[in-house]
Amino acid sequence: MNGQLNWFKGGLLLGAAFLLAVAFVKPIGVSTQFVIADGIVWNLFSGSVVQKDSESKSGYSSPNAYLNKSGGKYAKNVANPINYSFVFVIAMVIGALLSSRLGGPKPTIADRSAPEVWRQRFGKNPTLRYVTVFFAGVLVLFGARLAGGCTSGHMMSGMMQTSLSGYLFAAGAFAAAVPAAVLVYKRK
Amino acid sequence: MNIVLAIILGIIFGFALQRVGATNPQNIINMLRLKDLHLMKAIFFAIGISSALLFLLMTAGVINAGHLSVKSSYIGVIVGGALLGLGFAVAGYCPGTGLTALADGRKDALFFIGGGLLGALIYTMVYGSIKGSWLFNTISGGKVMLATGSDKFQALLPVIPGTLLAVTIGIVFMLIAWKLPDEI
Repeated sequence: MNGQLNWFKGGLLLGAAFLLAVAFVKPIGVSTQFVIADGIVWNLFSGSVVQKDSESKSGYSSPNAYLNKSGGKYAKNVANPINYSFVFVIAMVIGALLSSRLGGPKPTIADRSAPEVWRQRFGKNPTLRYVTVFFAGVLVLFGARLAGGCTSGHMMSGMMQTSLSGYLFAAGAFAAAVPAAVLVYKRK
Repeated sequence: MNIVLAIILGIIFGFALQRVGATNPQNIINMLRLKDLHLMKAIFFAIGISSALLFLLMTAGVINAGHLSVKSSYIGVIVGGALLGLGFAVAGYCPGTGLTALADGRKDALFFIGGGLLGALIYTMVYGSIKGSWLFNTISGGKVMLATGSDKFQALLPVIPGTLLAVTIGIVFMLIAWKLPDEI
């Protein structure tokens, strides 16, 4: 597609992003921020989701076991949305927008509802695509949280550090994803 | 300062994902059904070169090894990875690319993110009742890496010098990237 980098240049750029992040701060990760976003919204409606707690390692705690995990570090980020990891993820969208505006690949109007491979297989009705992708999203983020990371944090950052978990995650993900993609979309 | 870095590094990563074509679900699906391996090659190359440089620069003292953060290995990593893989194959989005696909004006990405927020919320709710289960049985001691190079995390292959091992793996990954065919 027009504006898309080849594997060599694209891989260099992607590799630079992962290396710079660990050089300056810490390895890249994304999926935790879906939990933080949920927590921030939840916290708007209920005042007791996260609270200051001098007993806890992070200084915050939560009655929810997940937000309270690891010394309340998620609870702390829910209470303080302007933190490194959350801002990083918001900035990713800005970066993608910059790339798109500065000569990056651009989808057609039809592509914006469903990719061509989907339209060929399931037709042009966008509702079917939207409903399916919604449930796929549920599965992806539930899976990512169970795994403790996603394609960015586990696979890319993990394998870069030669972390065993990165290899286990990639094996699990591709062992499921390749047969699923072949089954759903066929090879022809 | 940390927030400024978050903005700069986030912009670089989002820019890279869009420019390499990862925000396009067509590319992800075609990679997973083994039709177009362009993205697979880019991913192998990115991991290979960043890993080799990371360990070389840590050895040279340029990158602080304290920045490493190795995640734990447990049964749920594989099970969760497989669940993620199913959704990834159908949608053509993973958490990072689904989010950045918004910048392409992709409406299906919006539904993916909505589903993602719900999936993350469900996990947040059920975590308390599954945290003691076999899903969290650690594998090989949990937070381990293959190569030595960090004081915080144990190495699985301590007999091999860490930088040598990581650079070798990195070179193998780069060779795979180079040798894989673009299209099958």
